[in-house]
Amino acid sequence: MTRHDDALGLARIRIRAAWMFLAPTLIVLAAVAGWPLLRTIWFSFTDAELGNLSGYRFIGFANYLERYEGEWLGLLADPAWWGAVRRTIWFALVSVSLEAVLGMIVALALNARFPLRGLVRAAILIPWAIPTIVSARMWAWMLNDQFGVINHALLALGLIDAPVAWLADPDLALWAVVIVDVWKTTPFVALLILAALQMLPGDCYEAARVDGIHPVRVFFRVTLPLIRPALVVALIFRALDALRVFDLVYVLTSGSAGTMSMSVYARQQLVDFQDVGYGSAASTLLFLVIALLTLSVVVLGRLRLDGEAGR
Amino acid sequence: MNAARLAGRLAFALLLLAIILFALFPFYHALVTSFRSGSELFIPGLFPAALDPRNYALVFTQQNFGRTVLNSVLVAVAVVGFSMLLAVAAAYALGRVRFRGRGALMLTILGVSMFPQVAVLSGMFELIRALGLYDTLPGLMLANLVLTLPFTVWVLTTFMRELPKELEEAAYVDGAPPLTVVRRVFLPLLWPAMVPTALLAFIVSWNEFLFAFTFTLSAETRTVPVAIALLSGGSRQELPWGLVMAASVIVTLPIVALVLTFQRKIVSGLTAGAVKG
Repeated sequence: MTRHDDALGLARIRIRAAWMFLAPTLIVLAAVAGWPLLRTIWFSFTDAELGNLSGYRFIGFANYLERYEGEWLGLLADPAWWGAVRRTIWFALVSVSLEAVLGMIVALALNARFPLRGLVRAAILIPWAIPTIVSARMWAWMLNDQFGVINHALLALGLIDAPVAWLADPDLALWAVVIVDVWKTTPFVALLILAALQMLPGDCYEAARVDGIHPVRVFFRVTLPLIRPALVVALIFRALDALRVFDLVYVLTSGSAGTMSMSVYARQQLVDFQDVGYGSAASTLLFLVIALLTLSVVVLGRLRLDGEAGR
Repeated sequence: MNAARLAGRLAFALLLLAIILFALFPFYHALVTSFRSGSELFIPGLFPAALDPRNYALVFTQQNFGRTVLNSVLVAVAVVGFSMLLAVAAAYALGRVRFRGRGALMLTILGVSMFPQVAVLSGMFELIRALGLYDTLPGLMLANLVLTLPFTVWVLTTFMRELPKELEEAAYVDGAPPLTVVRRVFLPLLWPAMVPTALLAFIVSWNEFLFAFTFTLSAETRTVPVAIALLSGGSRQELPWGLVMAASVIVTLPIVALVLTFQRKIVSGLTAGAVKG
């Protein structure tokens, strides 16, 4: 045998081994992700109910849209669903924008040299480490209309005349969800931006300083373009997370008072109303929205997945 | 000039103070509340009047919280162990071997980590019921894999790829089989990446709410987030806030301690993976 044959044989052995090593992961993922997803999509075309998941009929697109006695019925004709869609998108846009701005400020601050920097960085990790359910409960108590510390503080400062019903007022409840989400996830965004900032070359800053260019100008002309890739990746992950928001909304406001997100709507149909067919249709639509967004991001952003990892 | 610099320094210090306050105050407030009972709760104050541990005792005696914490630990440990075992093998294949379809597989795995949980909810419910795992801890362990496995594979693959190319060549030339190579060559080198990845997976499982809330029913199978979400006192009017905060502090302190201990590694793990918030 020649060396060339040896190398080929080795490559073949390694590729076979690679597939064997991959098999368990692929089987598990097919079982816990692929199969349930396909079943959910299938259920969305049936009239299945939670109490009896085996006795159902295929009903086509009736869960999505159906003309019945001169009226449009189904998910796509349900104003409550469209309300949930609108609210979820609004929530994702507002919270991710705020997280981008605040995350940038925090990252720039932490990128400066000052004593105890490590301690401050550790401190901002704490909101991120706290379980979402716990954050929701903590903030629900702080935002409590009668005894909450926030109303107390605002009253004492004279900023409001009467206690504000943060979580019960439909106009404010979604803002409350935004505030808690921003509090919890700004650290994640800030740390990703900080990592990008720390990889920037120092010499162009030196040059800008020598030329006497204003720091704000340097930020918009040099820093922002250089860290844009990292920023975009961080914000995309955050946006996808925000679009499927469930825990926070469910515990903070019980999904009522005009805060119901798409996920909360789908679960309510599925579990509370036992309507697996209709709830699955809502789940499927949410999945499609997120899948389309992810795909367009992958294509547009040309995240290279082979060779270099998408960082 | 000097005055301007002083003002700048002062503004920066104020900014840092604001950041620290914003980050830490809610947890501090929960801590203070957890030591208050009865009417004390409704008097505003930034400092505890007295350290009254009554709520902490009540959480364990009245709410059977010990069992709940144990459930969460069992589920998280099983999920982390299983995910890591599968992910190390998969990461070797995806990170060290060139084969056709690798890019597509990575894309699929990344795609799974983007799944909204709700999208698999009804299918998972059917699966768990069919396997007879409804209202059991193994059911939750199975379900949580969909959340932890994709990103553990992703992060470990990214790490594996960075290791020098020559690493396994010598072992292969000596005729060692791939399993031995993974065990002897890669496992020791992977520890620095495995620790933060396992910790992130643990946190994901520890915090998971939607599956646990949907796939369990009885108090005996409740996990921590479900117990805290369902905690309510005798009266429907006002929640037992002291009790809720005591439970919150109990489940948060270990996580915060872990995160602070491994903070450097977590930050690098997050930036390498950038998959999970």
